[in-house]
Amino acid sequence: MNCKDNYRDILQQTITKKYKKRLFVDKLVTLFTIICVISAIIPLGSILLEVIKNGASAISFEFLTQSQGSIGSGSGGIGPAIQGTIIVVGLASLIATPIGVLTGIYLSEFAKGGTFPNVVRFFNDVLTGLPSIVIGIVGYVVIVLSIGSFSVLAGSISLSIIMMPIVVRVTEETLKIVPNSLREAGYSLGISKAKITLFIVLPSAKNGILTGIVIGISRIAGETAPLIMTILGTSLFFTGITGPVDALPLRIWRLASQPYESAHAFGWGSALILILMILALSVGLRILVQRRPSFK
Amino acid sequence: MSALFIVRNKRHDKMFSYLVVGAAAYTLLMVGLVTFSVTKGSLDIFSLEGVRFITQSDWNAVEGRESFGAFPYIIGTLLSSAIAMAIGVPISLAIAVFISEIAPPRIGIALSFITELLAAVPSIIYGLWALFVFRFWVRDLIEKPLYDAFHGSLPFFAKTPFGLDIFTAGIVLAIMIIPIISSICREVMRVVPDSQREAAYSLGATRWETVRVAVFPYVKSGLVGASMLGLGRAVGETILVTMVIGNVIGPSAIPTSFFSQGQTLSSLIANEFNEASSDLHLSALIALGTILLILTMGINIAARLLVRKKVKIPSGAKTQ
Repeated sequence: MNCKDNYRDILQQTITKKYKKRLFVDKLVTLFTIICVISAIIPLGSILLEVIKNGASAISFEFLTQSQGSIGSGSGGIGPAIQGTIIVVGLASLIATPIGVLTGIYLSEFAKGGTFPNVVRFFNDVLTGLPSIVIGIVGYVVIVLSIGSFSVLAGSISLSIIMMPIVVRVTEETLKIVPNSLREAGYSLGISKAKITLFIVLPSAKNGILTGIVIGISRIAGETAPLIMTILGTSLFFTGITGPVDALPLRIWRLASQPYESAHAFGWGSALILILMILALSVGLRILVQRRPSFK
Repeated sequence: MSALFIVRNKRHDKMFSYLVVGAAAYTLLMVGLVTFSVTKGSLDIFSLEGVRFITQSDWNAVEGRESFGAFPYIIGTLLSSAIAMAIGVPISLAIAVFISEIAPPRIGIALSFITELLAAVPSIIYGLWALFVFRFWVRDLIEKPLYDAFHGSLPFFAKTPFGLDIFTAGIVLAIMIIPIISSICREVMRVVPDSQREAAYSLGATRWETVRVAVFPYVKSGLVGASMLGLGRAVGETILVTMVIGNVIGPSAIPTSFFSQGQTLSSLIANEFNEASSDLHLSALIALGTILLILTMGINIAARLLVRKKVKIPSGAKTQ
């Protein structure tokens, strides 16, 4: 055995040793990531389990349709909250959707560079990141103070400010994926840009835009903070657009802070209804999107 | 006839382009409205207290002796978010690494679906669960052992744990921001071209070494940006924090340990807004919102700049 071979043996030994250590570290990291994944799934499992377990027993026909009985009695239901959520969120999405889609169209189809589109994009991002409670302050200062009452209108407008930037973002990104050949086909037929956008580009991006709208609606349906300062919450059904209403997230919060078991049970029931409503929205979307393919 | 058609087309175009520009301007209008509202709302208190509003810790709404200071709530907000980040960021990164680098595609897709599901759960439901279920886990499994082990030697763990405190708020915030941060990190890591990974593998690197030397450095600023977007959410989150942080006011809201009951800017607004006794009190609450707005806007703008820079593929390595 000469010197060279000796050297090679030592080298090989050290490499194997180190390699083993490196493999061990690799295994360790893999294990750590798996533990992290599991630790993130546990809360989801527990949330779903608790909401279904505690919520299902609270739900009855009376629970869904009646207004709340006297505090602590455990009678009545959350009818006004369900109705209020549908009205406030519906109105908010009626405001946010057209404006959001049009802004998205502007950014993707009409903006020709320059500062204005970038400023719009930038402030749109800023709006997305605003805490919802600050947007509640806007609703309060601008609308509640000027009409003198907590109202559906204030709530809807606040929620629409939260939803709009989401729709803008998704619309712009979806329209940018629409192949240019579709637009060019339109131009070659002498169709105006407005019509190309509305009747060719928009329909072919419909699925993406619908998804964006649904994401926006599910986001605002669960918002609580801005509603505290805009719609206030009441135990009555809808009285008019300038009157206060109730909403599910707000009701859950109020119920959770009451010291009665029956109120807590109502809170879980409301949480289950809220989750089911959001789930129904996304399932509805899936069905809608699957039925009508984008590019015919 | 055809000339008429062209003229009408042009008119349509013009009308439509005004419409879309108008819609775009609406975004700016809303930003203006936000600025206007918080400025108008908080004018009273800032003209009365000035800078002292930020530095003092009294919170007294009794008429004639009104005195408001936001200091404890700024600290509460920063501390609870810091706990959330310390717990949330490593876990989110690990999840993103697992989904994009380690898991087989089918499991990866299933897991990204689950994280998206988690991100869609409204914060009020996290709050309800935290209040009635999770806080007992925190109290019995984490806080009590820490308290028993350290309360003599370490002041951070020095208060009898109830489960309704800054620490719990931090953990629940972490649970809320993990799906957000991990899904952005996953998106960002997808930008890394496979050639980078292949280069590392061909040099004999293990999977973890590949992630460390080829993936992380390539998207570092994107990962920082993703974490900061999560931070922005944690700082601004209201209802969830309100339900578990314990809600104390005044000088005692300055946390002395992780297990102190606390208060954040947003939770104090949520707690007192409907019971505000005077215009000055209301103005003080809105001013808390103003501080929150400035804080989150700073964090978010920095984060967007970082994420955007990364998604615009850097020079030197091109994707195919």
